[in-house]
Amino acid sequence: MSIQIPTQPAFPTTASTASSVASTTTESIQLAPTPAQEYLLRIGDTCLIHAQRLAEWSGHAPMLEEDIALSNLALDLVGQARAVLTHVGTQLGFDEDQLAFLRNERDFRNFTLVELPGRRAGRDFADAVLRNFLLSAWMNVLWARLEKSSDLEIAAIAGKAVKESRYHVAHAADWIVRLGDGTDESARRLRQAADRLWAYVPELFETDAADIDAERAALGPSRASLRAEWQAVIEPVLAEAGLTLPADGAFRSTGSRGVHSEHMGYVLAEMQTLQRSFPGGVW
Amino acid sequence: MSAVSVREPAIASDRVHSAWRVLHGVLDPEVPAISVTDLGIVRDVIAHDAGDGDGALEVVVTPTYSGCPATEVIAQSIQEALDAAGLGPARITQRRAPAWTTDWITPEGREKLRQYGIAPPGACGSAAGEGLAGGKVAPIRLMARNIACPRCGSAQTERLAAFGSTACKSLYRCIACREPFEYFKPI
Repeated sequence: MSIQIPTQPAFPTTASTASSVASTTTESIQLAPTPAQEYLLRIGDTCLIHAQRLAEWSGHAPMLEEDIALSNLALDLVGQARAVLTHVGTQLGFDEDQLAFLRNERDFRNFTLVELPGRRAGRDFADAVLRNFLLSAWMNVLWARLEKSSDLEIAAIAGKAVKESRYHVAHAADWIVRLGDGTDESARRLRQAADRLWAYVPELFETDAADIDAERAALGPSRASLRAEWQAVIEPVLAEAGLTLPADGAFRSTGSRGVHSEHMGYVLAEMQTLQRSFPGGVW
Repeated sequence: MSAVSVREPAIASDRVHSAWRVLHGVLDPEVPAISVTDLGIVRDVIAHDAGDGDGALEVVVTPTYSGCPATEVIAQSIQEALDAAGLGPARITQRRAPAWTTDWITPEGREKLRQYGIAPPGACGSAAGEGLAGGKVAPIRLMARNIACPRCGSAQTERLAAFGSTACKSLYRCIACREPFEYFKPI
C-alpha cells in the first residue's frame, strides 16, 4: 500500500524531522459508519486480517510450495481488502492506508475467526488449513452473490475476487483431504483444529442490522443467507476427508461488532507499528 | 459482459493510433516476454479534447489479479512510454468490470509466452481450467491436465505446485524432457 497522508510528516531522514516525529503521537482515526459502511468494512477487514495471519507463514510453512501458496493467497486478500477499503473509505473520508493502519481495535469489523493465532501460540498448521478452507469457501459464496450488488464498484470488485477465491478454496480443500485422509496423526490434528476453531464459525452466519440493511438495499446478502451454499461447498470435501465437524455451541464471537478477542491487539500492533512509529512513511 | 478483447479501432486519431503502437512495446514487468496489449489489459485509449476536456490521453487499464504488485509498475511504465513518445500528457485509469480473463491474451501473446518457457493458459471453463474458471470448486483432482510442455511439446506433464513465482502462474514438470516449467493459470 502506498501511504499518502499530506498532513503528516514524511519519513524522517534528517535529525530535525526525526525529532519532530518523536514528539508526534500518531492519532487514531475514529469512524461512525452507517450500517451499509459497516457491512463493507466487515468484508474488507476480514480479508485484511486473514491476509495478515496467512502472511505470518511466509518463511515458516512446512514446505516451500506451501510457503509460496499461503503468501500468494495473502496477496490476493490484501488486494481485495485494498479495493473494498478504498471504496468504503471514499464515503468515510479516509484512504485505504488510514483505515488499515490508523484505526483502533474497536473500529475493525473482521470476524474473530481470522484474528485467532495461526502459526504462533502453539497453534498447528492444521488450524491454518482449516480456517483457510472454511473462510475461503465463505468468501467464495459471498463474492458470487456480491457480483449482483447494487453498488457497481462492489460488483466489479466481486467479479475479480470470485475467481481468485475459487482457487483459494480448491487449494485449501486439497489440504483438508490430504490431512483428513492422510495419517492417523494428520487426521487427529485436523480434528483438534476443528475443536479449537468451530466455536468461532457461527459468527459467519449471524445476521445483524448491517446485514438487514444491506439485503434491503441489495448491497449484498445477509450472512444467514449464505449458510446453505457454504455447506454445499464444504460438505463433500469434509466427507472425503473423513472429518466430522462439531455441533454449534452457545458461544458467539463478536469481532464483526468490533468486540474482539485478546489476540486482535497483537495483530494490529504488528500490522500498524511502522505507520504508528513513522507517520506517513512511504515505500 | 462478453469475453471479447478490446481491439484497436479501425479509424482512430493519429494520437490514439500512435499510442496503441507505443503500448504494443510496453512489457509486463513480471513476464517481460509479453506486452500490456498482448495481455489484453489495455481496454481503451481515449484522446480528450483540449477544448472541452483536459487534452490528456487516457489509457484505461484493467487489473489482472486484485493483489498483483505489478499493477502500479505497469501504470508507471505506460505513462513513461507515452511521455517519451511525445504523446503526453497521459493519465492511466482503472476499469474493474468486466474482470480481466486470460482469454483476453492474444494469440501472439500466447506464442510469446510459450517461447519464453511459460505454458500459455487454457481457455476458461475448459478441462484445463484448473479449478479457477469452471465455476465448480473441488480439491486438487481438478488440476489442469495435459498441459503441453513449452520446451518439448509433450503433454506428459505433472503439476508440482498450485502457486508459482507470481500470482498468475503455477509450477509444472515435464515427464518427457524432465524440465520444470511455469503454467499461466486460466482465470
